[in-house]
Amino acid sequence: MSALLGWGFVAAMAALPLVMPDPYLLAVLTSAGIFIIGAISLNLLLGYTGQLSLGHAAFFGLGAYASALTSLGFDIGIGFGHRLRLEPQPVAVGFLAAILVSGCFGWLLGRLAFRIRGAYFVIITICFAQVLRMVALNWVELTQGPMALVGIPPFALWLPGRGVVELYAKNQTYWLVLGVAVLAFLVVRQIVHSRIGRALVALRENETLARSVGIRVTHYLVIATVVSAAIAGAAGSLFAHYVRIVDPDVFLFIYTVTMVIMVITGGKGTLWGPVVGGLIFGPLPDMLRGSAPPEAQWIAYGLAMILLVMFLPRGIVPAVAGWLPARRAAAPLPAPAPSPVQGGAG
Amino acid sequence: MNPPLLAVEHVMIRIGGLVAVSDLSFMVERGQVVSLIGPNGAGKTTAFNAITGYLRPRQGSIHFEGQEITGLTPERIAALGLVRSFQRTSIFGSSTVFDNALMALHLRGRAGLLAAFLPFSTQQEEERLREEAMTMLGFVGLLGRAGARADSLAYGEQRRLGIALAAAATPRLLLLDEPAAGLNPSETAECMALIRQLRDRGTTILLVEHDMAMVMRISDRIVVLNQGRIIADGPPEAIRRDPEVIRAYLGSAPQGGAHAAA
Repeated sequence: MSALLGWGFVAAMAALPLVMPDPYLLAVLTSAGIFIIGAISLNLLLGYTGQLSLGHAAFFGLGAYASALTSLGFDIGIGFGHRLRLEPQPVAVGFLAAILVSGCFGWLLGRLAFRIRGAYFVIITICFAQVLRMVALNWVELTQGPMALVGIPPFALWLPGRGVVELYAKNQTYWLVLGVAVLAFLVVRQIVHSRIGRALVALRENETLARSVGIRVTHYLVIATVVSAAIAGAAGSLFAHYVRIVDPDVFLFIYTVTMVIMVITGGKGTLWGPVVGGLIFGPLPDMLRGSAPPEAQWIAYGLAMILLVMFLPRGIVPAVAGWLPARRAAAPLPAPAPSPVQGGAG
Repeated sequence: MNPPLLAVEHVMIRIGGLVAVSDLSFMVERGQVVSLIGPNGAGKTTAFNAITGYLRPRQGSIHFEGQEITGLTPERIAALGLVRSFQRTSIFGSSTVFDNALMALHLRGRAGLLAAFLPFSTQQEEERLREEAMTMLGFVGLLGRAGARADSLAYGEQRRLGIALAAAATPRLLLLDEPAAGLNPSETAECMALIRQLRDRGTTILLVEHDMAMVMRISDRIVVLNQGRIIADGPPEAIRRDPEVIRAYLGSAPQGGAHAAA
C-alpha cells in the first residue's frame, strides 16, 4: 500500500516534464531534488542515529570537487619534485569518484567523531566543513581557490542506440536527478529496514541498553556515516555537473542548514520526511521570488519554518501518519510467526 | 576441571575517588541462581557494572568461562554470552514491543551492510529472528502486546520486557539487577516463576534483589556484600543464620533487617 503510493509519486514526478515542460519549474525542481538527495542522506544520520551533523555540506562539497576535478583533470605538485596528474575522465567516473571520496571522509570523520558524541560531534562536523572550505579557498593549484572551477562538463549518459549523450536539456537533468534520488531513497530504505537499521534505532533510543544486548556502537555509527557521506557526495557531484561551476562556497553553513531544515520539517527518522520537507523548502525561495521582494521572501521562509516546528514538532510526515487512524492500527503489528500455537491466541 | 562460569577475583572499583568495592571475589557455577545481596550502597550495582564492562575495575580480574573479560566493552562481553538487565526500567521506548525484541536479538543475526541490499539472502534469517522474537514475547507473556509502543506498557509489563530483552539472545549468564523492584506481590511471584523458567532453559542467573523473601526462595547460593566487601557466601539457610549478615542488616539498615530475620 505504502510502496504503491511511493511508486505512484515517482511516476507522477517522472511524468511532470511531459505535462508541464516549463524550463523554469524544472530548473527549480532539479536543484531542489539535488538538495533532497542531500537531505535523504542527512536523515540517515540525524533521523536514525540521532547524531546531528552540522557539517553535512562538507560531504556535499567534497563530492562536488571530487567529481569536477576528476572530469576536468588536474596536475599538481605533491612535494619533493613529484607531480600528480590526472587526465580528464568521463563524468560517470567523476560521479563514482565523488561517492568514493565522500565515503572515505565519512569513514574518517565517523571514526574520529563518534568517540565523542552529542554536542561535540556537532562541533566537530561544523569544523570539518569549515576546514574543507579553507582548503578549497587556499589550495589554488588544485581548486582554483575563489576563482572557482569553471567549465565543468555536463552529465553524459550512455543511451542505447545513441551512444554517449551529454545532457544539456532541463528535462534530461531533471530525470537524472530524479533517478538518483530514487536510488538514494531505496539505499536508505534498505538499510533502515535491515538488521543494521534496527541496530541504529536501538542506539538512538537507548545506547546503554543497546550495548548491553551486544550492539557495537562505533561499528554501526560508522556504517551510517559512510553511507550518508557517500550519498551526499553523489548529490554534490550532481550539483557540480548541473551548475557547472564549483567554488568554495559549496561548503557554506547555509547548505547544511537547508538540508537540516528539510529533514526536521519533513520528519526526521521517517523515510519520506526529507522528501516532503525538501519539496516544500527546496522550491520555496524560488517560488516566492516572483511574488515578493527579497526581504519578504526570507521572512516568509523563516515564518513557514517556525510555524511548522511549533505546530508539528515531529515533522509533517509523522503528524500526517498520526491523523490516519487506519494506518496507525495496521502498521505496527508484525506478521504472526508461523507457529501452531498462534490459532488459539487470538 | 572446567573453570567456573564466572570468576570475580579481588576486584576493586573506585568511583570518583570513593572506593565503591574494595575486594570482591566470588564465583558463579553453571546452572545456579546466585543472588548478590547487601544493604543499600553495598556496591551491588557497581559490581554488576564492572562485570558487564560499564565500569573498569582498578584492580582484580573477571573471567567468564575461563576467558578474561576485565576491561572489555559491554558489547564484546554480551557477544561472549553474558548479558545484564538494568535496575531502572530500560527499554526502547518509542519502538513497538515486537521491535524491542528484534533489536535485542541483534546477536542472533549475522546480516551486514551488503545483505541489506540482497533481501533474499537475509529472508530466512529475518523469518527466524521474527519467530524467536515471538517466542521470547510469549515466554514473558507479552505476545498480546507485541504491536504496542513499549513506553505505553504498564510498569510491570515494562519490567518483564526488560528481562525479555536481556534474555532474548539466550546468554549463558544473565545478570538481573533488581527485577522485582516496584512490583506487587503477584507480579513478584510471576517474576520468580520467570527466573526459574530461564534457569531451567539453561541460563545461569546472577541476581541483585532487595526482596529477601524472593531471594531466600529462589537462590541456590547467596553472596552478601557490605561496604564493598563480601561478608558471607553460602546457601540460603546458612545466610539466614549468619551472625555477621544479621548484624550488617540490623546494624546499618534496620528496615532491611526485618526482612533478613524473617
